[in-house]
Amino acid sequence: MNVWKNSAMDKMGQLSLIVVVGVIIAGLSAPVLAPHDPLAVQMSLRYAEPSWEYLLGNDQLGRCILSRLLYGIRPSVLAVLVVLLLSVLIGAILGFLAGYFRGKTDTWIMRICDVVLSFPGYVMTLAMVGILGVGLENILIAFVLTKWAWFARVIRTSVLQYTEMDYIQFARTTGMGHGAIIRRHLIPVTFADIAVTASSSVGSMILQISGFSFLGLGIQAPQAEWGMMLNEAREVMFTRPEMMLPPAIAIVIVVSAFHFLADSLQVALDPRLRQSGLQPDRLPDQQEVAVRL
Amino acid sequence: MLQVQNIEKSYRTGGLWKKQSQQVLRSVSFTCKEGECLGIIGESGSGKSTLGRLILGIDQPDQGAILFYGQSVEQRKVRRGMISAVFQDYTSSINPFYTVEQAIREPLEQEGQSRMEQSRRIDELLEQVGLSLDYRSKYPHELSGGEAQRVCIARAVSTRPRYLVLDEAISSLDVRIQVQVLHLLQELKSVYGMGYIFITHDIQAAAYMCERMIIFQKGQIVETIDTARLSDVQSDYGRTLLSAAIAR
Repeated sequence: MNVWKNSAMDKMGQLSLIVVVGVIIAGLSAPVLAPHDPLAVQMSLRYAEPSWEYLLGNDQLGRCILSRLLYGIRPSVLAVLVVLLLSVLIGAILGFLAGYFRGKTDTWIMRICDVVLSFPGYVMTLAMVGILGVGLENILIAFVLTKWAWFARVIRTSVLQYTEMDYIQFARTTGMGHGAIIRRHLIPVTFADIAVTASSSVGSMILQISGFSFLGLGIQAPQAEWGMMLNEAREVMFTRPEMMLPPAIAIVIVVSAFHFLADSLQVALDPRLRQSGLQPDRLPDQQEVAVRL
Repeated sequence: MLQVQNIEKSYRTGGLWKKQSQQVLRSVSFTCKEGECLGIIGESGSGKSTLGRLILGIDQPDQGAILFYGQSVEQRKVRRGMISAVFQDYTSSINPFYTVEQAIREPLEQEGQSRMEQSRRIDELLEQVGLSLDYRSKYPHELSGGEAQRVCIARAVSTRPRYLVLDEAISSLDVRIQVQVLHLLQELKSVYGMGYIFITHDIQAAAYMCERMIIFQKGQIVETIDTARLSDVQSDYGRTLLSAAIAR
């Protein structure tokens, strides 16, 4: 990875990386950073305006919104990232196996994927939560079990189009092992597809977790979670619309940071996109070196 | 010595339960002597590229065997550094993430030479294929077709293989560059003394390069003929090919 050496990431990418890393650190160190207890109810401060003591104001129970946002990073961002990593990992392993070896392996893996994908995601998750019981961990387990199939499908398609490339045929000719071919030739070229698919599911997963929290199946009521904060704000949408802003802006910022990061990583890693400037048209007559005869 | 013995190959079509197969190669046998340039001539879809893949060990024949000095080419160790290839499509022949240097280094790394020796060899190879050393740090998308194909040739001969399979290696280049690459291939042959298996649909290029030609049609060998006696070609299909080439 020569991303840093070439400092090839554009400004947007660097900013996104800072945002993502910052959010993760803030989530991990929420107890230190949060100015107040996110669960402390103070009815006297209901819907209080932002003040120096409560930078983002207080919610319908007078709880500190900033503290709740910071604590909400844990289920909303950190848990989603872990789930994402796990499901991309499972999907990537199976996708690479199916796309690279094809034949029977491919057929079986894809049929299993078809079975998993044939149920709507929400229904599968609901069923699993029904079996495993209510709670964030169980929703996350259910997410991993349903999302991997989608990633496996996408990654397989991406692998399929590259395995027939001549440079992979050449590597096979020279007797390079399958593992080395996948590591050296397939992972770099398919990385772009994987990164983009993964980053675009971050947003939908944050919102899905909040959806389950709303149904009372995920995070339980007093705990802070961005989606649930949105839901609580929804009840006063017309009287106090500003209550929706903190969680909504937080979700938008995090999701866009992941998108931009994936985009600029892709550009930074791919030499074809890196020299983004205009390439002068080549003049074959002058560029071709004559053969010594 | 490369021996192809009674090769049969068919590709399965249809799904998991439905089994249909299409026969691509039917009892193909020939021998390519050391240092010989053997042409395999046939039109598109005749199965000649499949034959190339089998010789390279990328695919396995259904029946028969391909022996390289008595050992099957299906074993990776037998092929390593000994059989190499140049393919038709220069745009997909080099990993887009690799520089020219990395691409040529790849087969050398498996030989277990030191980095210094590898670098020296890369310089030597670039010079042999007529590219300046500035090309080391270029990426494939910065190369023209002829340049990319030269890099592929340099990469293919880097380990001094005994046999080189050229699968339509010049077909996608324009005519003037084709001639240059053909000269280059002949020159490299005199340096390394390797055998060529020259798979092409272009009987003229084959006649220029090869001592012997196999005329290939519908997955079968129609005729094997020495280039010197090409005008005595017996089969109808061979004659058609020849007259088409002369008419051009």
